[in-house]
Amino acid sequence: MAKTIKEINEKIKKGEAVVVTAEEIIDIVEKKGAKRAAQQVDVVTTGTFGPMCSSGAYINIGHATPRIKLGGEQAYLNDVPLYTGFAAVDALIGATALPDDDPRNKTFPGEFKYGGGHVIEDLVAGKDLELVATAYGTDCYPRKKLETWVNIKDLNEAVLFNPRNAYQNYNVAVNLSDKVIYTYMGMLKPKLGNANYCSAGQLSPLLNDPCYKTIGIGTKIFLGGGVGYVVWQGTQFNPSVPRKENRTPSAPAGCLGVLGDLKRMSPEWLLGTSMLGYGTTLTVGIGIPIPVLNEEICQCTAVKDDDIWTQIVDYSEDYPQGKKGSLGEVDYAQLKTGKIVIEGKEVPTGSLSSYPKAVEIANTLKKWIKKGDFLLTEPVAYLPGPNTGYTFKPLEERPIEN
Amino acid sequence: MLKDSPSTPPCIHFFEVVMMITKRIVLHFPHRVADQPIVYKLARDYDLEFNILKAYITPEEGGLLVLELRGENKNYNQGIQYLAGVGIETQPLSQDVIRNETRCSHCGVCVPLCPAGAFVVEPSTREVHFHDTKCIACGLCVKFCPIRAMEVSF
Repeated sequence: MAKTIKEINEKIKKGEAVVVTAEEIIDIVEKKGAKRAAQQVDVVTTGTFGPMCSSGAYINIGHATPRIKLGGEQAYLNDVPLYTGFAAVDALIGATALPDDDPRNKTFPGEFKYGGGHVIEDLVAGKDLELVATAYGTDCYPRKKLETWVNIKDLNEAVLFNPRNAYQNYNVAVNLSDKVIYTYMGMLKPKLGNANYCSAGQLSPLLNDPCYKTIGIGTKIFLGGGVGYVVWQGTQFNPSVPRKENRTPSAPAGCLGVLGDLKRMSPEWLLGTSMLGYGTTLTVGIGIPIPVLNEEICQCTAVKDDDIWTQIVDYSEDYPQGKKGSLGEVDYAQLKTGKIVIEGKEVPTGSLSSYPKAVEIANTLKKWIKKGDFLLTEPVAYLPGPNTGYTFKPLEERPIEN
Repeated sequence: MLKDSPSTPPCIHFFEVVMMITKRIVLHFPHRVADQPIVYKLARDYDLEFNILKAYITPEEGGLLVLELRGENKNYNQGIQYLAGVGIETQPLSQDVIRNETRCSHCGVCVPLCPAGAFVVEPSTREVHFHDTKCIACGLCVKFCPIRAMEVSF
């Protein structure tokens, strides 16, 4: 018999909801079958913890006396430039922003020791940060220079707003060339020296709801140790990629735009991250509850690493040159053995996404729900499904002739 | 280990236990001994095999040497005493290469990249163990660890 989110929430309020993690549901469904499991289990919690570059935070610093208009001008937090193209004292910190004097890749590979992701971590950690701003001055905002310490507790708003997080599956990155390369998928040794992957696999939120039947706009989630919401499909949302019989995509597909109150998050789950030779980013913790509304949804949450496949992609030539193609397909159980075989060669694997932290997130969310602290939400709109034709296009360049 | 092979010298009692040890240590040289043949003496006078893992030694400025030493326990201890006697501070390499346990997320990207195989994934928990005894102090992990959880402080 199908359940509703309202019914599940009533059980959560009474402390009667049966909540398990996406790891625990695997055995339950194997032993009892999806039909019985769906009757007994109310919520399956998922988790993921990995670098997610399309992350940022917007803040409102409050008005200084006399007033200054940062909008359209320059502002920095700990030397990292903010995006100020908003009203007077609103600004956006992007995870990949770098100080103007960072040497980048001038000495290759650049170390990228501090950037926007680190600013967000320091802000969440409650550290004082240096805000420096210059402006042109107007009649209503006369001030031209501002230098002050700021702290998250004094900001009017501090909101984590990540346009693309929680990828549903991702490439395995390798290097076919004869020199080391430094990518957003980590350092890749030459001639298939290593293979890096980045997914929590069987615990990953969107792999447990492959066709977006429950996760939609308005879904309440664990975000950075606090509470957040899915606010839109992620940029580059691409549900139309090939899928396996269990409906999981075998390439990067869905992703999520998420938002939440940064003031209530924790630096444990938002880590400033430096990818050698690439840049800075933010490692984000996300956990999404899946209401077990029926047998079909239950079956999807029981997906195992062996049933989730992804593509092996060369990051020395194919990826940078935008060439389509895969060196082969591999499942996450193989990746987690620590080695895979590519073109007849045994290649050691490394993960950028932390599975132990994903387990911790799924367990934390489970605890919140069991305690009655976290109720589920009904999506206010659904994400475009696999059969909608919604897709992600490359840029078709149209040369500008002067 | 019990050394009772045919190569055992006849003067040593047949059942004498000779403890062989291998240790990785960091030597901090004051400038006044930077021009002395310290490693040569360790090998010649104390019969210690050495493998130089890292060296920054500049005459008149002092320096640092990371060594793997292998030999009989007794000789090793005497060698360390000799080093102390000439003013060289020593400490286990594991004290200088550390993992920030609160920062490490156990992602495992380090596992295939470490040239010494010092990071190993525990299959049941997927946690990454750092075996500092295998570490050769190359410092590569300090740079490639995305969340900068590895620290080297010589």
